[in-house]
Amino acid sequence: MMGEISYLLFWVVLAVSFTALILYGIFFVKQKKSIRNLARLTLLTAGILQTLYILFRYLQTGYTPITSQHETIVFFAWSVTWAYFSFRWRYTVKNFGAFISLLLFILLLLAAGASRTINPLPPALQSWWLPVHAGISVISYAFLALAFCGGIMYLLQERELKSKRFGYFFTRLPSLDSLDQLNSHCLATGFVLLTLGIITGSIWAHQAWGAYWQWDPKETWSLITWFLYAAQIHQRFSAGLRGKRAAVMAVIGFASVLFTLWGVTFLLGGVHSYAQ
Amino acid sequence: MPSDMILLLGVNHKTTPLAVREQLAVGKGYEEPLHALRSIAGCKECYLLSTCNRVEIVVVAQANAQVEEDIAKLLFGTSVAPEQRQDYLYIYRNNEAVHHLFMVSTSLDSMIVGEAQILGQLKEAYRHADEAKCTGPVLNRLLHKSFSVAKRVRSETQIGASAVSISYAAVELAKKIFGTLENKNVLLIGAGEMAELAAEHLVGQGVSKVVVANRTLSRAMDLAKRFNGTAVSLDELFSQLEQADIVISSTGAPNIILHKKDVKPIMRARRNEPIFFIDIAVPRDLDPELNDLNNVYLYDIDDLHNVVEINKSARDKEAVKARRIVDEETLKFQNWMEGLSVVPTITALRKKADDICQAELERTLSRLQHLTTNEQKAIEKMASAISSKLLHDPVSFLKNESCKEQNDVKVEMIRAAFGLVDKD
Repeated sequence: MMGEISYLLFWVVLAVSFTALILYGIFFVKQKKSIRNLARLTLLTAGILQTLYILFRYLQTGYTPITSQHETIVFFAWSVTWAYFSFRWRYTVKNFGAFISLLLFILLLLAAGASRTINPLPPALQSWWLPVHAGISVISYAFLALAFCGGIMYLLQERELKSKRFGYFFTRLPSLDSLDQLNSHCLATGFVLLTLGIITGSIWAHQAWGAYWQWDPKETWSLITWFLYAAQIHQRFSAGLRGKRAAVMAVIGFASVLFTLWGVTFLLGGVHSYAQ
Repeated sequence: MPSDMILLLGVNHKTTPLAVREQLAVGKGYEEPLHALRSIAGCKECYLLSTCNRVEIVVVAQANAQVEEDIAKLLFGTSVAPEQRQDYLYIYRNNEAVHHLFMVSTSLDSMIVGEAQILGQLKEAYRHADEAKCTGPVLNRLLHKSFSVAKRVRSETQIGASAVSISYAAVELAKKIFGTLENKNVLLIGAGEMAELAAEHLVGQGVSKVVVANRTLSRAMDLAKRFNGTAVSLDELFSQLEQADIVISSTGAPNIILHKKDVKPIMRARRNEPIFFIDIAVPRDLDPELNDLNNVYLYDIDDLHNVVEINKSARDKEAVKARRIVDEETLKFQNWMEGLSVVPTITALRKKADDICQAELERTLSRLQHLTTNEQKAIEKMASAISSKLLHDPVSFLKNESCKEQNDVKVEMIRAAFGLVDKD
């Protein structure tokens, strides 16, 4: 019974997210306010439904669902949605929602492709550190994903302004300043969470395996990612890194995030590769 | 109201030079001219719009040449000789007047097509006319309609979407870089007229500080005073560049005054805060390669012209759509005006009564199947007798010749009371 509801709920989440994407797409083309409000409401609904789905999955499995590929991606999508709303609550960035809903839909599509079978939790993961470490890490990735989207938007808009040929994006994209602000905010939040994720992971590793750090591929790549973002943070707040370079760095950093999240699991293996 | 007509008289930037417009008697204030207009014989409703680009009077009056003459006299006062007036003045009647008013409200008749200011000015003018109790049913309807037409044009076309003058284009670009222009610093290099104009627009957008750097300090000080800014000499240029966000250069220098290699260290000192250079000097003041630097945006006069041209051609396409909307709405208004006359109102009134009779008869008779044909006929007769007796008084009130002047008021009243609403 629970399994069926959960199964159906995921398809509803996917359908609502797709609707949000379509609505944001229409708003992007037509720029009509009424459509934007509708799109935002749909995305909010999608966020609430994702929360419900994760709760269902939790009740079904008995552990925080961030272990299998499917669960991790759904949790990532959920984090992106709510990170977006937490950002939107304080700042306005024109048409950001369109880009976020696209990212969200791609993530959910990937989740739909991954196996949804429930595996018993390996003993090593049976700890309350699981939600803390994995949750914080994935939420940090969500903020870094926001910075990535903002970076792409910045590069598109900067190209219009520098080339002085104004195409489709010029009127539809926000000002460079607001995109740079987005980068700065999401980078700072994402970096703090990323650091916390690594620290909690390290403490957990000490408890579970007896060593704080053992150069497992996932750990190594997390550290590379962390250094990439630490460099950005340092450059931004001490040397005034901003604009195009910051946007490019945000894109590179996110590529590293994606590799840490998936590339490592599939290509390199290691003790973190539970989700096969 | 066949004897009344809508008259629109006016002068605008296309027909009349500023020097003449400045001297018009009704140029300042609304109250006096409105009062004078109202006292013109035969004028029932009136309204006046006065902006820096146009003065227009709309009246509802009895059709005769004397009214036009009186209004023209009032408009020009003594500043223009009567025989010269026709060079400047345009007069539109009825549909043409409606059409013109819609063209104005949608800013299709403005100097800068698509600008948004005119609607506010129109509303302001209407408020004055309304407060002075100068408007009546026709003008109320016409002016409200002109607002809604303007809104329709704004929402259905992209006419107001793009900047079509150099200064507007500069502001638009600056907004795409900085978001808001509040708390931004403007540096003018050279104190030319173009720079002054561009700076004026930027100040209108709320920039916080204006600094003028000029070879002759006295000229810089004059200009700085206009914007509440400060004046510096050209020697201080580099240190000023560290604080400026928008730089407008317009010196008469024969060579480039600011090179890429000069600006590079400045960007470091600015901690890469973006800077927007606008070079409106010919020959150019600023090194075109500045644009290659990160967070530096350089537009010269040709670039700005290009932006304006792109926007203009896009806008012209939108203006065609907007004109179609205006034509459509003019036609609708014409229909409403015709509906105001007595005969169609009586017809509509009778039709409504007949419709009600028919509907009620059908309902009642279908329940009284046992009646004979004669009895049915008797009931039908009774129904139509009641309705025509009821209608007799309102119809004769409408037809009453003795107060024909008030026809439009009467028609409006009857239409409202009997719910003969216009479909539009």
